Amino acid sequence: MARWGMVIDLDRCTGCQACVVACQVENNVPPTGADQAELGRSISWLRLAVREGGEHGGQHHAHLMPIPCMHCDNPPCTRVCPVSATQSDAEGLVGQIYPRCIGCRYCTTACPYTVRRFNWRRPEFPEPMEKGLSPDVAIRPEGVVEKCSFCHHRLQIARDRARSEGRPLAEGDYVPACVETCPAGAMYFGDLEDHNSEVWRASRSPRAFKLLEELGTEPKVTYLSKGEWGGKV
Amino acid sequence: MARFEFELGDDHRLLAPIARTGPKFWALTAALIAVWLWGMFAWFTQLGKGLQVTGLNVPVYWGLYITNFVFFIGISHAGTLISAILRLSQAEWRRSITRAAEVITVLVLFFGVGCVLLDLGRPDRALNVLKHPHFTSPLLWDVTSITIYLTCSTIYLYLPLIPDIAILRDNLGKRQWLYRALALGWTGSERQQRLLNRAISIMAVLVIPVAVSVHTVVSWVFAMTVQPMWHSTIFGPYFVVGAIFSGIAAIIVAMAIIRKVYHLEDYLKIIHFNNLALLLLVMALLWFYFTFAEFLTTFYGSEPSHMLIFQSKVSGEFSAYFWTMVITCFVIPVGLLANNRTRKTIWGPVVASISVNIGMWLERFLIVVPSLSNPRLPMEAATYHPSWVEWSLLAGFLAMFVLLYAVFTKFFPIVSIWEIHEGREHSVAEVTERVASYLPGAPESSHAPEA
Repeated sequence: MARWGMVIDLDRCTGCQACVVACQVENNVPPTGADQAELGRSISWLRLAVREGGEHGGQHHAHLMPIPCMHCDNPPCTRVCPVSATQSDAEGLVGQIYPRCIGCRYCTTACPYTVRRFNWRRPEFPEPMEKGLSPDVAIRPEGVVEKCSFCHHRLQIARDRARSEGRPLAEGDYVPACVETCPAGAMYFGDLEDHNSEVWRASRSPRAFKLLEELGTEPKVTYLSKGEWGGKV
Repeated sequence: MARFEFELGDDHRLLAPIARTGPKFWALTAALIAVWLWGMFAWFTQLGKGLQVTGLNVPVYWGLYITNFVFFIGISHAGTLISAILRLSQAEWRRSITRAAEVITVLVLFFGVGCVLLDLGRPDRALNVLKHPHFTSPLLWDVTSITIYLTCSTIYLYLPLIPDIAILRDNLGKRQWLYRALALGWTGSERQQRLLNRAISIMAVLVIPVAVSVHTVVSWVFAMTVQPMWHSTIFGPYFVVGAIFSGIAAIIVAMAIIRKVYHLEDYLKIIHFNNLALLLLVMALLWFYFTFAEFLTTFYGSEPSHMLIFQSKVSGEFSAYFWTMVITCFVIPVGLLANNRTRKTIWGPVVASISVNIGMWLERFLIVVPSLSNPRLPMEAATYHPSWVEWSLLAGFLAMFVLLYAVFTKFFPIVSIWEIHEGREHSVAEVTERVASYLPGAPESSHAPEA
C-alpha cells in the first residue's frame, strides 16, 4: 500500500507562489474577494506563510514556507468530526466529504496547522473564470469545510490510466498540481513506502524536519532547510 | 371525577400570578418579543448570507455562539443539579426554591442547543449527527449527554409539578383541559404519594451524574484537542465548578425578580438568599482555586505556544476581559458574601450574582477565543470582533428565555405549593425527631441498622 508524502525544500523555494496559484486553479478554489480577504477569510489549500526575519546587513529578511495539509498519519482533525465527514483513507490521504459536512468547524479548530478552510459564503467565480473550472473537482457549497486533498483526483486519473495500459502505477504518474508547477524544483511528491523514490530519499535528508512534530501528529509533509527554520516556527 | 383534597389556606397567594395577569406583564411580553424579533431578523440575515455575517475568521473559527453555548449549558446546572442535591441532603430550606431553579435548567438547555445550531455552517444537515454518528468526536458526546440531561431534567421538573397541577385543576377556573390532562388523575392518595416520592428520589439520584457529565463533556470539546490552554486535564472539573457557580448566581437573580414581582417575600426569605449565597461563596473560592491552578501551571511550565495565549489573556489583547473576570467572579462576590452585613440582605447576593454571571460569560469567552486567536503557527494569529448579528442573537436568546420563564409562572406555580405544605405539616416534626436522633442517649433512628 502506498503512503503518499511530500517534501518541500525551503532552501530552494523562491517564494514565487506559483504553487499557491496552481492549487487554486486546479481545485476550483473560489476567489473570496478583497473584502473577505481583509476579514481574514480567504480560502487557500496551500498558503505561503511568512515569518519576519528582521534586518541583516541593511537587507530585510523574511522566511517563507509553503504550508499544505500535512496529511498526518495521526490526524487530530478526523477524530473530532461528529459525522465522519473527514477521514484518512487506506493510503493515508485525509479527505473531506463535502455533502456530509455540517460546518461545525471542530476540525478547523482541532488542526494545529490551521490548514482547513471554511466556506463563509456561496462560492462565486467571476465571468471568465467560470469557463476555466476544472471538471474533476467538485465545487464546495456554502457552509462546509474544505482542505488540501493532495490533488486526490489526480491519483484516480493516474490509476485509471495505468490500469488501462495494463501496468502498475509508476513514480511520477501521480503528482499534485503544486509539485508539478514549482519552477524552482523545490517540491517532491511520491510514495514514502517506496525506498527507491526521490521523495523518500529527500525525506531522509539531514536537513529534514517536520512542522510541530512534537505533537505526535506524524505529518507526511517534510521540510528541508539548513537555515533558521530548523524545526522552529 | 378525580379530586385532590388539599387545604390551600394562605398558600392561595401562590395561585395569584396564574389567576390574574396585569398590564405590566403584557408590556414586558411586548418588549421581549420585540427583542426576540430583532434576533430573528439577525438569524434570517445569517441564514440568507451564511456565516460571513459573523465576525469569525481564520483561525478564530469559534466565537460568540460557542461562548454562549458553554455559558448557557453552564447556567443549566442551576436547577436540576442544585435542587437534586438539596433534596437528597434533606435541606429543608429548599422547598420554596427548587421549582424556580428547575425551570431555568429546562429552558436554558434549549438555548444552549440553539447556540450550536446557530454556529453550524449547514444547520440543514444537523441531523447528520444521527445519520452518521462518529463516536470518537466529543461533540457527539455532547449531543448524547445533553439529550439525556434535557430528558431527565424535564421529567424532574414535571414530577413535583403533578400535585400542584391537580391543585390548579381543582381550584382554578381556567385552562381545565390542560391541567386535567397534565395532572394525570392525581388525588393525593397514599399510593400515589408513595409512587411520586419514589420517582422523585430516583430522578434526583439519576440527574446528578448526568448533570456532572454534561459540563464535563462540554469541556472535553476543548480539552481533547491539542490546542494550547485547551488541552488541560482539569478542564472537566473546572467547567463543572464554573457551571454550578453561574447556575447558583442565575437562581439568585431569578428568585429576587420573582420575589419582587409576585410579592413572595414570605416564601423567598433572606435566609434562602443567605443559604444560596453561602453556596455561591464556596463556589467562588473553588473557581478561584481552579483558575489559579490552571494559570500557574501554564506560567511555570512556560511553553512558548502556551505563554503566547497566557500573555494575551493576562497582559495582552484580552487583558481587559481577563481582569474584569477576576473582579466580577472573585473580588466582588467574595467581598460581598464573606461579610455578614452584606450577605444577609437581598441586594448583596443579587449584586454578587449579577457580577458572577457577567464574569462567567467572560470566562467562557476567554477560554474559547484567545486559544484560537493565537494558534501554534503564529503567522496565522488574528483577532476577533463579534458582529451585530452575533450580539443580536444573544439578545434574542436572552429575551426569549426571560419570556418563556415569565410565561411558565403564568401557567404553573413558581413555588411548589404541596412541598411547602408538606414542610409545614410533616417536616417540622420530622426534623426535630431527626436532630434528636443524632444526640447521645436517643435510640438509633429507624433508618439505621439494628445494633
